[in-house]
Amino acid sequence: MRITCPHCGERDRREFYYKGAALDRPAEDAEPEAWHAYVNLRENPAGPLAELWYHEMGCGSWLTVMRNTATHEILDVRLASDAEPGAASGGKP
Amino acid sequence: MRIAGKGLSTQPKSVSFTFNGRHLMGQEGDTLASALLANDIHLVGRSFKYHRPRGILTAGSEEPNALVTVGHGTCQDPNQRATTQELFDGLEARSQNCWPSVEHDILALNNLAAPFFSAGFYYKTFMWPAAFWEKLYEPMIRRAAGLGALSGEADTDSYEKAYAFCDLLVIGAGPAGLMAALTAGRAGADVLLLEEDSRMGGRLLVEQEEIDGLAAVDWVEIVLAELRSMDNVRLMTRTSVTGAYDEGTYGALERVSHHLPRSHSLKGSHRPRECFWRIAAKRAVLAAGAIERPVAFRNNDRPGVMMAGAVRAYLNRWGVAPGERLTVFANNDDAHRTARDLAQAGVHLAAVIDSRHDAPDSDLFPVIKGAQVCNSSGGRQLESITVRSVRGEEKIQTDCLAMSGGWNPSVHLTCHLNARPTWQRDLLAFVPTPGAVPGLRTAGACNGAFSTHGALSEGEAAAAAALEDLGLARVAAALPQADDAPYRIAPLWAVPGKGRAWLDFQNDVTVKDVAQAADENFRSVEHMKRYTTQGMATDQGKNSNVAALAVLADVTGRSIPETGSTTFRPPFVPVAIGAMGAGAADQGFKPQRFLTSHAVAEERGASQLEVGLWYRAAYFPKPGETSWRQSCDREIMYVRNAVGICDVSTLGKIDIQGADAVRLLDFVYTNTFSTLKQGRVRYGLMLREDGFVMDDGTTARLGENHYVMTTTTAAAGEVMAHLEFVAQVLHPEWDVRFASVTEHWAQFAIAGPKARALLNGLLDQPIDGDSWPFMACGEVSVMGIKGRLFRISFSGEEAYELALPASYGDSLFRILLERAEALGGGAYGMEALNVLRIEKGFITHAEINGTVTAFDLGMQGMMSKKKDFIGKAMAARPGLIDADRMQMVGLKPVGAVKELSAGAHLFNPEDPVERIQDQGYVTSVGFSPLLGHMIGLAFLKGGAGRIGDEIRLVDHMRGIDTLCQVMEPVFYDVEGGKARG
Repeated sequence: MRITCPHCGERDRREFYYKGAALDRPAEDAEPEAWHAYVNLRENPAGPLAELWYHEMGCGSWLTVMRNTATHEILDVRLASDAEPGAASGGKP
Repeated sequence: MRIAGKGLSTQPKSVSFTFNGRHLMGQEGDTLASALLANDIHLVGRSFKYHRPRGILTAGSEEPNALVTVGHGTCQDPNQRATTQELFDGLEARSQNCWPSVEHDILALNNLAAPFFSAGFYYKTFMWPAAFWEKLYEPMIRRAAGLGALSGEADTDSYEKAYAFCDLLVIGAGPAGLMAALTAGRAGADVLLLEEDSRMGGRLLVEQEEIDGLAAVDWVEIVLAELRSMDNVRLMTRTSVTGAYDEGTYGALERVSHHLPRSHSLKGSHRPRECFWRIAAKRAVLAAGAIERPVAFRNNDRPGVMMAGAVRAYLNRWGVAPGERLTVFANNDDAHRTARDLAQAGVHLAAVIDSRHDAPDSDLFPVIKGAQVCNSSGGRQLESITVRSVRGEEKIQTDCLAMSGGWNPSVHLTCHLNARPTWQRDLLAFVPTPGAVPGLRTAGACNGAFSTHGALSEGEAAAAAALEDLGLARVAAALPQADDAPYRIAPLWAVPGKGRAWLDFQNDVTVKDVAQAADENFRSVEHMKRYTTQGMATDQGKNSNVAALAVLADVTGRSIPETGSTTFRPPFVPVAIGAMGAGAADQGFKPQRFLTSHAVAEERGASQLEVGLWYRAAYFPKPGETSWRQSCDREIMYVRNAVGICDVSTLGKIDIQGADAVRLLDFVYTNTFSTLKQGRVRYGLMLREDGFVMDDGTTARLGENHYVMTTTTAAAGEVMAHLEFVAQVLHPEWDVRFASVTEHWAQFAIAGPKARALLNGLLDQPIDGDSWPFMACGEVSVMGIKGRLFRISFSGEEAYELALPASYGDSLFRILLERAEALGGGAYGMEALNVLRIEKGFITHAEINGTVTAFDLGMQGMMSKKKDFIGKAMAARPGLIDADRMQMVGLKPVGAVKELSAGAHLFNPEDPVERIQDQGYVTSVGFSPLLGHMIGLAFLKGGAGRIGDEIRLVDHMRGIDTLCQVMEPVFYDVEGGKARG
């Protein structure tokens, strides 16, 4: 798999650390169910999923990567810091 | 037998080699297989299960029979294919799976017992008693059945890995691959052309045909000359593409020095044995050719029965006739070329036996139409075949039968991303399914285009399509003129009849085995494969898969497409583990990180402890000390009574700057940092978002918006990634930046009542208790060198950590030791450090083991209620603050046995020692010379409310069973007055 880091260009996936689905962190006073969902529940779709990857062996950027989990096709890569608030809910189909 | 005037080499140099100890001569350009055939040696090895005599079947990497061991001792390479092993002066090869020799093999007795060894034999026979499997059956079977053996010694070869990038990867340098590379190269694309063979050209090296009026092999040379003249084209021979992966990634194995004497590739020499390549290609053309398939008939595995295309290759490329009186057996026109070439070379050709009634005639050789070879006879080499036709059966004397059941396109790589190949009825073969691997196109024989014209035109078209994708303009050129004979074939998979007819030569699987599998209801092709082991040998069924499933289709009354095919998986050819793991063996597997104090520690004979990748001194022995405990006790007392020096540079150090640095600290730590003043240090606790403890450490405020955080040694990387996550993902609006500075600073703990005295002899400006109170920090200077001083303590004594740039680490450590020793102290290592911190109840990752909460550590008071922080919500879950959870306590032995051990479990003294009664476990222990007994830290159910109780400690591993008293987890200076000085 190859991921195009916005800073470093196209790189082998071995340079990256995989965290998981990109999700929005609930507010401090959110219901316990919201926190439970954020920490424990994952949709695991067979298809496009917004994920967080860390360019650990490169520039140290956290990236929001849209990846098709069935084909490993990388559909979109952007800096996690550029993501609009709420955009991360792409992790939930 | 070498045929004068044949072969590609005109003035070949002689090469000497040995086979099974016999000294033989070959010539430059030979493979071991061609050299053996030139010496009229057909018997090369013994088969896997029945120890049948076996010879050379093919001329390529698909060879299932002619596997030999090359070299000896640590340089022994088992299972090398004689068909790909190039000859060199001094090559030593020998047969395998035979004893005492390949001519006289005792276990050939298995062949007589063959009726008992059919599919499923092991499963049915060696079932009972179960205990016999490991001890008796498996060792026995492994001894009898098998291939070559490893030397059992460490590999002395060197291997490499490498990376390549290109616009267009061309796999295979036959007519299709050459044409693709030429088309793309002329257009200026960055082309990488890989060829498995030692020489480029593919089938053009072994066929008698013309391209643009030139002999094919001459046309190849002209094309190669043009390709070599292009800076944008790289050509690699001896390189097999082993797998296709996501996003245009390919694996390839380059056999760098298999064709050279072993001294070239030993560790420390200038080249590796093999190099494993990872290739990132924007586009790829697969031009892997095709593999000829055998016909199953009785005793078709005898040495001398070969593939027709291979016989042609030995004749035309190496000038070798693999017999004196040959026959050909085929169901297609292509094999008639073998007959033609042999006849034209003057080799005696007894007959061509063609299963088709409409086979073409020839005036060069007799063609027996509508006939089949139904048996062979001979001992260690073929002597005759039996031909069955409408006229009945007749025997033909022959020492080499060239057979052909047609050609299977090499679709393997197109299946690596899960696609299945498509059955093409007119070719009686599977062809690649278009789009099977994104970015990869197929061309030539591997796509079912078997003529040279078809290969050239598909190669050109595939490259042209790739150029269009890449946005490059094609340079117009006429397609070279070449042979375009149609591929004519009629089905013939297995000749009916009694006896054993081989499908999979390498795993000894016959037509009967497949039929029996179907009979026992292993009708799925995947089940049949596993039940019979067909296709599971190192050739991965390259020769046998299609025929085996055709037989399965036949016996189950299904069509071939209905029956389906098994899955091809990487690697396409065997890859040495050493090549895949190149660079990661020995120290490469686990690089060593050394401290700046390492040299001094070594000089002093310190025992080293591995902490992650770091090496830290465990203790510094003195003359006369006979155990580590003596050294450890002495070092502890340095700290308690005088001053001790310890290298603490392995702790993670993260420099944090920015206007919002403090917001970040407040967010990642449970406690508050916004109240921390400049020039002060604070201890902090970090949680994971799920509410469990992640790490702890101190953070110092060096300036208005400048902090330096320390992490534990173990979690340095994890914390760094965590901070980046928080700052980039959760709060990108904050103005804060980090850098890891762990290796920039050499940092030493100076601990003990005489610590300040030591420092005041060393620092350019002396310090006192008022200017440097407990938890103060700031810049200092040592002999004019600027550094940092932190008054923090991990031992409970008045203690400092002094940091200078790492380049001064060695000299600073030497100076500190000299001064400490003058004050009655000295160096202390990890063992002493551990006891000192247990005495104070300070935690490490032995305690923060991923299942522990702040509440369990008695640190619930550190969780601020006034702000949000990572883990806050989840840490408040009732289950994480339940009074019945295991909480940290101290332990001291009070029973007859005075020993404690980490990992031991705790039980109520009145309860039976059963898992269900488990009350907790011990995390850290040490002997306190100050207290005169062992002490420990443990997690105990409801521990906070059980101080003073007695508890039973049991360690079955070490045979320890003792009574302990539960204590507060601080054994020394409970009020903490000493550290505050």
